[in-house]
Amino acid sequence: MQIYVCVKHVPDSAAIITILQNNRIDENVIFLLNPYDEHAVTEAVKIKISLPGSEVIAVCFGQDDAEKTLRSAMGMGADRGLLVVSDAQHESIEIARVLKAVIAQDGSPGLIFTGKESIDTHGMQTMFRIGALFNFPVATNVVRLKIEREVAIVDSELSGGAVDTYEMCLPCVIGVGRGLNTPRYPTFPDVVKSKKKVLKKINLEDLDIKTPKSNMSMAQLEPLLQERKPKEIRGDKREIAREITRILKEEAKVI
Amino acid sequence: MANIGVIIELDNGRIKEINFGMITLARAKGRELFGFVINADAAAVKDELESYGITQIVAVSLAPDQENNPVVRAKSIIKCIKKFNISTLLGLSTPAGKDLLPRVAAFLEAPLVMDCFSIDLKQNLARTSRHSGKTIATIKIAGDIVLFGVRPKAVEPIEAWVSSQIVQFDGSHIVSEDFRHIKRWVDDKKTEISLAEADVIIAGGRGMKNGDNFSILSKCAEKLNGAVGASRAAVDSGWVPYSMQVGLTGEKVSPRVYIACGISGSIQHFAGMKTSTIIITINTDNNACLMSDCDYFIQADVLEIIPELTKHLEND
Repeated sequence: MQIYVCVKHVPDSAAIITILQNNRIDENVIFLLNPYDEHAVTEAVKIKISLPGSEVIAVCFGQDDAEKTLRSAMGMGADRGLLVVSDAQHESIEIARVLKAVIAQDGSPGLIFTGKESIDTHGMQTMFRIGALFNFPVATNVVRLKIEREVAIVDSELSGGAVDTYEMCLPCVIGVGRGLNTPRYPTFPDVVKSKKKVLKKINLEDLDIKTPKSNMSMAQLEPLLQERKPKEIRGDKREIAREITRILKEEAKVI
Repeated sequence: MANIGVIIELDNGRIKEINFGMITLARAKGRELFGFVINADAAAVKDELESYGITQIVAVSLAPDQENNPVVRAKSIIKCIKKFNISTLLGLSTPAGKDLLPRVAAFLEAPLVMDCFSIDLKQNLARTSRHSGKTIATIKIAGDIVLFGVRPKAVEPIEAWVSSQIVQFDGSHIVSEDFRHIKRWVDDKKTEISLAEADVIIAGGRGMKNGDNFSILSKCAEKLNGAVGASRAAVDSGWVPYSMQVGLTGEKVSPRVYIACGISGSIQHFAGMKTSTIIITINTDNNACLMSDCDYFIQADVLEIIPELTKHLEND
């Protein structure tokens, strides 16, 4: 089975973000593999091992520099990588069209993985758009996955500890939640090996993607400025408990 | 301009409080506001929806064995969009909404912004957090049909009485062949109230010292009708399940009060709770990040303060 994993090259969550021209960030920060996608790669590799003859292909749409993220995915066990190169910013409808086109051009997917969201744009929709373009069923926030012949049985987490179990026909798209597994981080030999794996770069223009009729565009980007003025609550534990109660009652009005 | 639609989230036939802020945001002069309720007694919720400005209540009926299937729900909403000439659709950015709105958007190849905390319906501008909550993006969306996911509790509900009528929509024939809902079940260690909906969240971190001590937080949360959350450190230590994690890779929450207990406050944790109205930090370590990024800080041991607070609330 060909297992595709869509990965995203994102700024490190600990990076200090500087905004340029009110519409983009200064990209001179550390970028890495989106954390949810680490779980997606790990799961794909796990399935590959259980289904001999399978192949895991990491796919990325991003700048040339995103090669690093694909190398990380290959270090974690993906067999090869596909990078569609573009310098411009793209939104979800177009991203999904690009990922669909490059996967369809490359092979015939049995499973497509994505992370349940990216930590930079938090769009939470690309997996559904890829599924709709392929006409494959999609599950998101998947915390348990079992492949049985032609179906995937998944647990998708809802709020308050509730879980939905679904059965999907293959091929399908899986948006991976963090509870699914513990990422398998590459060892040094893995990293060395990943450098020799095949990484194919494709120019966006060569995919002949039609510009979507509907679109989303960045009108403005600003830093979140939030000024809280911390006040200390002092006293013995009874006085502190009394003060917290007062805040809950009078300021927050929750009791 | 065509009509506006909102997908109403229900809990056992009752309208969840978090819908009213979204409905407040969805009202626009001169445009009809449709509220979609799935498999609910529309007459029973009519008064409440009228009081917030829903002019048309669409009672969508699905086959009972299909009602928890998000594909079937999405298909029924799409049929409603067409039938009732909806050009703007809003839903909640809750876990259920995250599994529904993007499906509708994907099937229609329509633009969608999730987790909006403000929306300008005249210009189709939505404001949402990006970069782990470090930036605010204003996104312009254009299309025949546009969708917005609204962050729970982001908007203060304001009543606006109208009179509404109930319209039936029969979706009982809609099925999904390749995506089947098997069951809905509850994890043993579930939190009683969902983090996204709670007005008060008491969250524990490394300072809780072990998993058993989380019952101290539960007891206090119970008194406040709140939920218990946790930092990644507490989850990774195996003290509490992942479903309780607040942060970048957990739940993002905006309660009225967030009480951080023994949580140092990494950037990633802060990203998940920084939109709380009031943050109270309790930590023995005065240098913990959250002690200087909050509204109130208490340098003390949570294991002493929280039981005292519970006692105080009991006697209050």
